[in-house]
Amino acid sequence: MAKKESTFINMVMVLFIVAAVAGLALGYVYNITKEPIAKARKAKIERAIKEVLPEFDSVQPGYKIMSYDGTKAKDSLVFFKASLNGEWVGTAVNTYTMKGFSGLIKLMVGFTPDGSIHKISVLEHKETPGLGTKMAKPKFIDQFKNINPADFDIQVTKDGGEIDAITAATISSRAFSDATDRAYKTFMQNKGGNN
Amino acid sequence: MKNFTKGFIKENPVFVLLLGLCPTLGVTTSAINGLGMGLATTFVLIGSNVVVSLVKNLIPDKVRIPAFIVIIASFVTIVELVMQAYMPALFDQLGLFIPLIVVNCIVLGRAEAFASKETTASSAIDGLGMGLGFSFALTLLGAVREILGSGAIFNFKFMEADGMLVFVLAPGAFIALGYLIAIINRINKKA
Repeated sequence: MAKKESTFINMVMVLFIVAAVAGLALGYVYNITKEPIAKARKAKIERAIKEVLPEFDSVQPGYKIMSYDGTKAKDSLVFFKASLNGEWVGTAVNTYTMKGFSGLIKLMVGFTPDGSIHKISVLEHKETPGLGTKMAKPKFIDQFKNINPADFDIQVTKDGGEIDAITAATISSRAFSDATDRAYKTFMQNKGGNN
Repeated sequence: MKNFTKGFIKENPVFVLLLGLCPTLGVTTSAINGLGMGLATTFVLIGSNVVVSLVKNLIPDKVRIPAFIVIIASFVTIVELVMQAYMPALFDQLGLFIPLIVVNCIVLGRAEAFASKETTASSAIDGLGMGLGFSFALTLLGAVREILGSGAIFNFKFMEADGMLVFVLAPGAFIALGYLIAIINRINKKA
């Protein structure tokens, strides 16, 4: 078959057909993968909840509570209340900060009913590989284990707190503290999201 | 056969043609990232090479580049969606870089220089060879950086210390890539 001439009508037709076929193919793939993608996201959240809370047997569906600083906040936080044999054992809070080195960081913070942090897990971030990414390592994240922000300053030492920042990643460490602080203040303000 | 093997050493996209350096330097902080990115690119390369060689006679010369780009972009989006659905862990690592495959010169370069002139079968083989050569280069570079920078290989830590931080950051990527290119050039000269 001879090569198509570059006439105006040929060019328009060919580009139209190429774009239409591509569009159809993408729509098809999108429909197939829509469900698995949603499932994968949900599984990730569920894994994080399990990781940061003490043992529980049931968890309520997440509900949104506006961040403690109200109108200045960018988004609300999601609370997951968990209980064991009908008794409230803790709440996992999906919190965030915009102060990361590359913007948004999302954490899952597990609180016990008295407001102590049980454990924290990192959900999402875009920090520098090898520096800020170390916030998910035990050396840093375990400093937040089993502490109560009421009598333990969760700011980094440079800001007068008690958390040792990650070497060469003070901004990421600060952001981490900020997200945790947001979760704590919102949690306390709403009495653990119970009202 | 020649079309398949040339991608590894003689015309290796990264070490010899020096194409697609943006993802090369960006994602190769660990061996597994390099491998994942390489395989994703391989899939796109094969797909776009096959489709381009099939439709090469239907596309007028003046609009061939936009048409190729649409074809490539479609394959990239498919890879992105499939990865997000079935390999969420890998997607978390590479998510940012997958859309960049569209502008990876290797893919457009092979479509333009090879697939638009050759038969479908040899285009598919060319895509596979080039893609695997690219994966090989990325994995190698990722492994070198991971060993020197984090003291680990494929996430398996073999020493306590943290390693030389510079190799995890961008400057280390340039240094490691430079040495690897020198070594490959040496091998090519002998052959």
